[in-house]
Amino acid sequence: MSGASPTEIVRFAAGAIIAHPLRSGLTSLGVVIGVAAVVMMTSIGLGAQKRVTDTISGLGSNLIIVSPLQPRTAGGVMGGAGAGQSLTDADTEVIRRQVEGAVAVAPSVTGMAQVTADGANWNTSIVGVSPEYLEARDLTVASGRMFEERDARQGRKVAVLGPTVVTQLWGDADPIGKRIRIRGAPFEVIGVLGSKGQSSFGRDQDDLILSPLETVRSRIIGRRIKADSVQTIYVKAVSEEELASVQEDIDSTLRAEHKIQAGDDDDFQTQNLASILEASKAAIGAFTVLLAAIAGVSLVVGGVGIMNIMLVAVTERTREIGLRMALGARRKDVLAQFALEAVVLSLFGGLIGLAIGLLGAAGIAAIGDWPFALPTWAIPVALGFSSLVGLVFGAYPAWRAARLDPIEALRRE
Amino acid sequence: MIQIEDLTKTYVMGEEIVTALDGVSLSIFRGEIIAIIGPSGSGKSTLMNILGGLDRPSRGGYRFEGDGVAHFSDDQLADFRNRRIGFVFQSFQLLPRLSALQNVELPMVYSGAAPRARRERAAELLERVGLGSRMGHRPNQLSGGQQQRVAIARSLANQPDLLLADEPTGALDSATGIEVLALFQKLNKEGLTVVLVTHDRGVADAARRRIAFRDGRVTEDVQL
Ligand SMILES: Nc1ncnc2c1ncn2[C@@H]1O[C@H](COP(=O)(O)OP(=O)(O)O)[C@@H](O)[C@H]1O
Ligand SMILES: [Mg+2]
Repeated sequence: MSGASPTEIVRFAAGAIIAHPLRSGLTSLGVVIGVAAVVMMTSIGLGAQKRVTDTISGLGSNLIIVSPLQPRTAGGVMGGAGAGQSLTDADTEVIRRQVEGAVAVAPSVTGMAQVTADGANWNTSIVGVSPEYLEARDLTVASGRMFEERDARQGRKVAVLGPTVVTQLWGDADPIGKRIRIRGAPFEVIGVLGSKGQSSFGRDQDDLILSPLETVRSRIIGRRIKADSVQTIYVKAVSEEELASVQEDIDSTLRAEHKIQAGDDDDFQTQNLASILEASKAAIGAFTVLLAAIAGVSLVVGGVGIMNIMLVAVTERTREIGLRMALGARRKDVLAQFALEAVVLSLFGGLIGLAIGLLGAAGIAAIGDWPFALPTWAIPVALGFSSLVGLVFGAYPAWRAARLDPIEALRRE
Repeated sequence: MIQIEDLTKTYVMGEEIVTALDGVSLSIFRGEIIAIIGPSGSGKSTLMNILGGLDRPSRGGYRFEGDGVAHFSDDQLADFRNRRIGFVFQSFQLLPRLSALQNVELPMVYSGAAPRARRERAAELLERVGLGSRMGHRPNQLSGGQQQRVAIARSLANQPDLLLADEPTGALDSATGIEVLALFQKLNKEGLTVVLVTHDRGVADAARRRIAFRDGRVTEDVQL
């Protein structure tokens, strides 16, 4: 035998909600806040993850960074001044010769110096590198050229400028062929790098000058380091799959080169960007889940609010329930009507909360100069969750309604 | 149409056991109009509730067209009330948020009638009780007599076999009450079986059979 159709039950539920707009709105408010909070938290978390990903992959893809490490002394105290000169040109060479998956090996030293040109001056980082540096760090030359091995061997004083340096010294003018002075020494500008923009932590990645390693070591940094010392060796691995094995290769090659005995600590470290990236993403992801879970608690509180109002509604409408039963409503019809009412209230709150959450996240992204990430899955999840909250917290009131005795209910005033 | 036998209903109130119906046996035939009278608390409403499938007897048999209603499940009782019984209550029991038309449609919603057919039938019924011009009105926009007529139209929605009216004129002034009673008589003439509970001797005289109750027992059952 056919009972009430689902559309009719939906209409009954919707009718009861529309009959008390203010009350329905306030009842949904808890879910609105809960869903908005969850959506906002996950969106902000995703934005953070995106920003970190951009930053780290901006350093260069498939990149391994080799840097000096002062081995832990017996007392566990890290080395002080003068520490960290364990890497040398010999290490660069041995990696080039022996590590197969290394497609670009670029040693570097960095110093700060004042640069003057045509009456203007600017303080910037002077980075001494080999020509492979461009490939290792995924840099491009926007105009002019990069220096070559020959320039480096001849100790030529040539410079490739980051766009910020060009702007600071000359404004819009073309700097190729111009002379600059770094620490008083004259250099010729032979190229300008393509822009990499701001890093996510606000550091200007275009504010630097590249020059041959030898030149920078002798002219700019001078006696403060040993003549063959390098600060960082950037190694680009042939592919992402090979990253880990190339890193292991570098580790074992350098341990052999540095004659480090088994069981002794390394005097260098290698870091693989992919793993740094993974670790940061995992950390932010875990944090996001935590925030979303805390926000999820307010969703539960919203559910309790719905349950409370639904219990009130069942009491208020006891006579209606009795009458519907007298006219032929089965218990499951009454159950469905009240459960659906709770689901609709909650789902309505979920929709509003979703809109507010996305707007809020976009607003925060705009104010904080933060990338806005739209969590596409958040839409079905938010709506699914709010329906579920309605169902879970509406179930008990609806069950109470369905369980009423029609005679008792009809007699209720 | 209906046979009840040794029907007993008891309520347990703490220590005390209240016997609302005490071994009632009677038969109701198709096309009858019956007035049930008796003092307050004599068990009239209890009998009506059991006849209408709203309540179950504690003991005894209830056959409706041969079906053992006393053994029906909850869902079977719901369908029984929906298809075979029309209820008219003293306090009308209309849903205040719904229009007269929607109130009349309600039993047909639970029988699964198509919206269009439902609306047409409800309109036709309201015409029949003289409220053709009041279909869109809500209960609070109608007089007591009009509300009771909406309730009667509703009771007829699914073409019931039996109309049960428990003090249908109790909340109406006497003139309006007489009009409503005339409506029941008219429906009975058209073939509907009607059972009504009343305090009013005059009302009782309008019926063709009178059953009197006292303390849960039948004290009189006469054809008039
Ligand atoms: N739910 C109930 N619980 C306890 N006693 C009840 C209940 N319903 C009815 N009674 C008792 O049963 C008796 C018959 O009641 P009822 O059928 O309503 O009488 P009437 O309709 O003739 O006034 C009364 O004594 C009443 O108090
Ligand atoms: Mg009574």
